Amino acid sequence: MQRGPFSWKTLWPYAAVFAALLLLPVALSRFYVYITAVIFVTALLAMSLNMVVGHGGLYQFHHAAFYGVGAYTCALLLVKTGLPAWIGFVAAPFAAALAGLLIGWFCVRLNKLYFGMLQISLGSLLWAIAFRWYDLTGGDDGIHGVPIPDAISTISSSYYFVLLVLAASVMVMYLIYRSPFGKTLQAIRDNPERCEAVGIHVRRHQLLAIVIATFFAGVAGVLFVVVEGSVFPDLLFWVLSLEVFIMCLLGGWFTFAGPMVGAAITVALRTFVGTYTEYWTLILGVILILLIFFLPEGVMGFIIERTRGGESEG
Amino acid sequence: MDFGQSVTLSALGVHLLVGLSRAMILFIVSSGLSFVLGVLRVPNVAHGSLYMIGAFAAFTLNHAFGGGPAGFWLALVLSPFVVAGVALVAERALFCHLYQREHLMLLLFTFALMLILGDLVKMIWGADYRSITAPEALEGSLPILGSSFPKYNLFLLVVGPLVAVGLYLFTNKTRIGKIARAAAVDRDMVDAIGINVSWVFAFAFVLGCFMAGLGGALVAPTISVTLGMDHDIIIEAFLIVTIGGLGNMWGALLGSLIFGVTQSLGVMFWPQFAIVFPYLAVVIVLVWRPTGMLKSVW
Repeated sequence: MQRGPFSWKTLWPYAAVFAALLLLPVALSRFYVYITAVIFVTALLAMSLNMVVGHGGLYQFHHAAFYGVGAYTCALLLVKTGLPAWIGFVAAPFAAALAGLLIGWFCVRLNKLYFGMLQISLGSLLWAIAFRWYDLTGGDDGIHGVPIPDAISTISSSYYFVLLVLAASVMVMYLIYRSPFGKTLQAIRDNPERCEAVGIHVRRHQLLAIVIATFFAGVAGVLFVVVEGSVFPDLLFWVLSLEVFIMCLLGGWFTFAGPMVGAAITVALRTFVGTYTEYWTLILGVILILLIFFLPEGVMGFIIERTRGGESEG
Repeated sequence: MDFGQSVTLSALGVHLLVGLSRAMILFIVSSGLSFVLGVLRVPNVAHGSLYMIGAFAAFTLNHAFGGGPAGFWLALVLSPFVVAGVALVAERALFCHLYQREHLMLLLFTFALMLILGDLVKMIWGADYRSITAPEALEGSLPILGSSFPKYNLFLLVVGPLVAVGLYLFTNKTRIGKIARAAAVDRDMVDAIGINVSWVFAFAFVLGCFMAGLGGALVAPTISVTLGMDHDIIIEAFLIVTIGGLGNMWGALLGSLIFGVTQSLGVMFWPQFAIVFPYLAVVIVLVWRPTGMLKSVW
């Protein structure tokens, strides 16, 4: 028998981690609180990507485009209109999901590499617009000094906001992951032909998965604006997309929480290695190669495999 | 807005020619990418970095040989081989052990290679802008259609088709070229008749990277050579290969022409959004034919 999605036995480690994270701003300096908030934002982005890559088996090559759409929508609504801030916060994920629907609608007709290449082209179009439309987006400078509501503008209050949104989003993602829809998606990943044959509308499931994933990418975009107070075109650049891809790989494709681990490792390494050397990307590249050769299941995948192996022996 | 202000027939002609010469560079780079994609079925993300290394190597070789016309020509001929050497080392040392793995892993490997090569270039050449001057015979402009047109771009217009013909002959008339194309279609069969597929892949990878280096060496006199040129070219080459048809060399040519010409016409009609025009052209082509204009090799 399968346990329910939220039985206490599976949940308590997460509850413990959550409680520890709630206490974090008391214990750590402002800088570390800020870095942890950045990790949360990146973790949500990586989790949303893994919904389609790890669980859906799709070549979502330009996920950052939707992250950027969310962040820009939020920032523009806050800066250019007098609407209450929460409207910007709510509208941004939907804008990202709409972009996901439009781009995904073209992409799902294609397979694997063509899917990925088409998405890179369409996503780069969004980047080009953000990069060049000075009057609206501020071009390559981006938008700075976005007015964040006072309640969440300090470092520790924005930390709590980001933590709560991340926890809620991850919970929803977990429900989706365990739902019949999530299972179907994983079945499509493993054997699309057979799923097609038993009457599953493969393309429709994939498109829905993309819309959900891009929605959460948009949520991550909003959180980015809350933490940083600015947006810039690099958020939509394809290099970021591949970096997020690495986080999923690093944490483990086929685990649920792996991408969060990958994001935490990547952001922490960037922050601390970056203070010692300007050749941070070289180190990231070397880590990635080591990972590909020695740990293709990712950190979480490795740990789970080890613990399972131990159980079966005992 | 100076929209449409500068549109005259001669300006249009010159912009078209500039676009075509830009297309030649794009073709040389993207044909290499397409070849690797066709045979190995891997989008080589590091292709742009190899292009950048080609340009930097041309700069250094040009200086080493005294900087005159001899330096320029030697740099142009030798730097693609430098790039091919880098590619060969990376392929034999690391990449070749991954061929049995999932394609996503191969893609991520090339991304790792891009990160590493980018920083190595930063270490070796620094973050400064470098420039190469073309030899006197290719400097200055010629009057064409009532406007002046840079000689170097004319040179590119000659080199591009030569490279296309050379690549065609190489892949269709030589034994190794034919084997590589056969491996693109059915690698198991090529393996079964006793050909070492691993070395065929190595050859294809190195040849593709050679083209990237050639493109970099050729483009060097027209731009300032600097870090970041890898990011710009790789995305353009990706788009070109996608709209042309993955692995199809003539598709890469067609895609480059579309990309180069829409870019230069965009510069003419609406400079601020010139960058958007080729992307729009790509979207239109892909909506019309999602798998590219010409037949993919696989």
